[in-house]
Amino acid sequence: MTLSAHAPAPDVPDATARPEWPDATGHFGVYGGRFVPEALVAALDELTEAYEAMRVDPEFVAEFARLQRDYTGRPSPVTEVARFAEHCGGARVLLKREDLNHTGSHKINNVLGQALLTKRIGKTRVIAETGAGQHGVATATAAALMGLSCTVYMGEEDTRRQALNVARMRLLGAEVIPVTTGSRTLKDAINEAFRDWVTNVETTNYVFGTVAGPHPFPAMVRDFQRVIGDEAREQVLEREGRLPDVVLACVGGGSNAIGIFTAFVPDAGVRLVGLEAGGDGVDTGRHAATITGGDPGVLHGARSYLLQDDNGQTIESHSISAGLDYPGVGPEHAFLHDIGRAEYRPVTDAEAMEAFALLCRTEGIIPAIESAHALAGAMVVGRELGPDSLLLVNLSGRGDKDVETASAWFGLGEHTAPTDDDERAVEAGRGAEPGPGLDEDQQPTEGAVTNDEAVAGPDAGEQA
Amino acid sequence: MSGAPEDDGGVSIAASASERGAERSRSRGSALAAVIGKARADGRAALIAYLPVGYPDVDTSIAAMVAAVEGGADVVEVGVPYSDPGMDGPVIQEAVDVAVRAGVGMPDVLRAVEAVAAAGAVPVVMSYWNPIERYGVDRFADDLVAAGGAGAITPDLIPDEAAAWLAATERTGLDRVFLVAPSSTDARLAATAAASRGFVYAASTMGVTGTRATVSDAAERLVARTRSVSGTAVCVGLGVSSGDQAAEVAAFADGVIVGSAYVRALLAGEGPDGVRVLSEELAAGVRRARVRT
Repeated sequence: MTLSAHAPAPDVPDATARPEWPDATGHFGVYGGRFVPEALVAALDELTEAYEAMRVDPEFVAEFARLQRDYTGRPSPVTEVARFAEHCGGARVLLKREDLNHTGSHKINNVLGQALLTKRIGKTRVIAETGAGQHGVATATAAALMGLSCTVYMGEEDTRRQALNVARMRLLGAEVIPVTTGSRTLKDAINEAFRDWVTNVETTNYVFGTVAGPHPFPAMVRDFQRVIGDEAREQVLEREGRLPDVVLACVGGGSNAIGIFTAFVPDAGVRLVGLEAGGDGVDTGRHAATITGGDPGVLHGARSYLLQDDNGQTIESHSISAGLDYPGVGPEHAFLHDIGRAEYRPVTDAEAMEAFALLCRTEGIIPAIESAHALAGAMVVGRELGPDSLLLVNLSGRGDKDVETASAWFGLGEHTAPTDDDERAVEAGRGAEPGPGLDEDQQPTEGAVTNDEAVAGPDAGEQA
Repeated sequence: MSGAPEDDGGVSIAASASERGAERSRSRGSALAAVIGKARADGRAALIAYLPVGYPDVDTSIAAMVAAVEGGADVVEVGVPYSDPGMDGPVIQEAVDVAVRAGVGMPDVLRAVEAVAAAGAVPVVMSYWNPIERYGVDRFADDLVAAGGAGAITPDLIPDEAAAWLAATERTGLDRVFLVAPSSTDARLAATAAASRGFVYAASTMGVTGTRATVSDAAERLVARTRSVSGTAVCVGLGVSSGDQAAEVAAFADGVIVGSAYVRALLAGEGPDGVRVLSEELAAGVRRARVRT
C-alpha cells in the first residue's frame, strides 16, 4: 500500500463531508442548541430524524439534484466583473451568480430541500417567515410546485418595502399575512410563524429561511445551501487554477454566507468575510450588524449574537435592506467569528447603495441590496489587498424587488451619487404605497389542501 | 432608568441569600410543592395567577398581583416582560409590549416578587430565558432568593439546555418549573418531570396562551401521563378563563394556571378590582371540584 494511493486529492472537495460542527444536539461551540417551548421539541426531533435519513437517501439525492438542475438552473455561473473591479483597488472580482437562479436568489436552494422533506414526513401545509420576500417567494414557489398549502408571515413594514414580492407570493397561491406586532419586520414575522407552528404542528412544517433558529435548522439549511460554495470552489479552481484569496458574502441571518463559506472552511489560506448591515452606521445605534455590534444571548430558539439592551430585550434593527434587517444571526457565524475562521464587518446603507449603483452602471447587473453589501465589502477589501488579489463575491440575489427603494434613494431614478437628501429618500421608499400586492382576494395553490383549518399565528391565542 | 444595580451591599446580600437558599433546600424544601400540597390537603387544587410586571405600569401591576392574592390566588406567576414572547398569544403580547417599551426590567420584577410574598402568596417568576441570562443566571438566583421568590418557570428553556439554571437552583434551593406538552414523548415527560422542582407545567393545548371557551381534554390525558412517570405535582395552563373551567381542570390537576383572563381584565381597564373579582370566581372554582388523588 502506498500513501499516495489513499491520500485525498487536495483540490477536490468532498461534497458529502460536513464540518465537525454542530454536535449531535445542534451546538456550534457554545452557540446554537434549542431554546424552544417543549411543544415544539417533538416536531424538531421528527424533522431531525427524517432529515438525517433523507440526506443520505439516494432517491432524495437524485431528486434534489434533478430539481436543482432542471428547475433552479444550477449550476449558477461565475462571472468576472472587470469594470466593477476597477473600483476595487485593481483586485480581480468574481461573482457567484445566485441572482440567476429561478426566483432570483439563493433562497430556492434551501426551500426545495425542505419542501421535499415536508412531503417525506407527510405534512400538507408549509409556513415561512420572510424579510425581503425572497424566502417567501421561494417557499411559495416550492409549495406550488409540490402541491402544498403555504402561508407566509411578513412584517407589515416589509410588505410595504417589498410590495412586488408580496404580489409574487400571492400569484403563486400563497397566503401572505402582514405582521403588525413589535417592529413589524423579520424578527416579528419569525415570532408569528413560530406561534402558528406550535398551534398547527400536526399538519404544518415550518420552512425556515436561514441558518438560524433551533436545531436542526442551522445545520440543515447549511447543507441545502452549501451547493453555492461547492460549485464556486470548483469553478474558481477550474478557471484560475487557484483558490480565491477572499470569499465575501452579506450576512443577515447568514444562509447565503454559510452557503458559500462552507466549502472553503477547510482551506486555511482563504479569508472568509461576512458583511453585516451597518444601517446608518454602527455607532448611531441604527444598524443590523449583529456580530459587530451585539452580544451573545438567546433569540428565536438558539444562542448566538444578537442586538439586545440591558434587560435582554431584543433591539430593533435598521437597514435599507429588508433581507438583512434582523437583530440576530445564525449560530455558526457566531462560532466562526469566535474561533477566528471568519471575520465580520459592517457596511452602511450609503456604502451598499454606492456599490449597488456601481454594479448596475459598470456591469449591467442590478444586484439585490442585500448582495450590494458584499459588493461594498469587496471594494474595501480589494483596496486593502491590491491588484494581485482574487476576490469571490456571492451575488446572492437580483435587485428587481429593490427598484422602488433604489429609485427613492437616488432620487426618482436619477443615477447620481447619494446626497444629503438620502434619509428623506429612504423614508419615501419605506412609506411607499403597498400597491397591488396587498389585494385581499387570494387564489389558493392549484390542487393544494385548504388553509382554512389552520389557525393563523395572529389569531392562534384567540380561538373561541 | 434602573439598569443593573451594582450596589455596595451586593456581595453580602448575595452571600446571605445563597446561605438562606441552601438552608431552605435543606430544611424547608420546595415552596411551591408546599403550597400545592397544602391545597391538596384541603381537598382542592391550587390557583396560580399570571400577571406581567409593568402593565399598565409597574405600581398598578403590583397592585393587581396583590389583588389576585386577596381574591384567593395561592401562587402568583410574576411575568418578566420580553420583546419576543413566542409562546404568548395576542392578549399577553399586548400588555407585555407596553412594559417592554417602558423599559421594565428585573429590578421591577424583584420588587413585585417581594410584594406578592408580603401579601401572603408564593411568588414564582415566569420568564423567557434571555432576560435571565442577560441579568446573570447566578445573580438572578441570588436576588430572587433575597426577594422571597420560590423559583422560576422558563417556557423556552428545556432541561437539555438548562445546565446553568440547574446548577444555580441546586445551589440556592430555588424551584425550577419546566413545561410538558401533549406532543412530549414518554421519555421526555419523565426526564422533564425529573428535572422539575415545585411542579410540572402542563401546557394543555398545543398552541400559545389565550383564553378558550372549552378546556381540551388533552389536558387531562397529559396530566395522567405525567403522573404515571413522576410524583411531582402537575399544574395545567393555557386555556382557563372562568370559574367553571377552573373547576373542570381542578378535578384532575394539582393546580390551575390562569394568565390571559387576568391580563384581559387589565386590558379592559378593570384594574386591580377586576383582577380581585376574577380571582374570587376562580378560587371558588378550584374549590368546587374534589381533587382526585
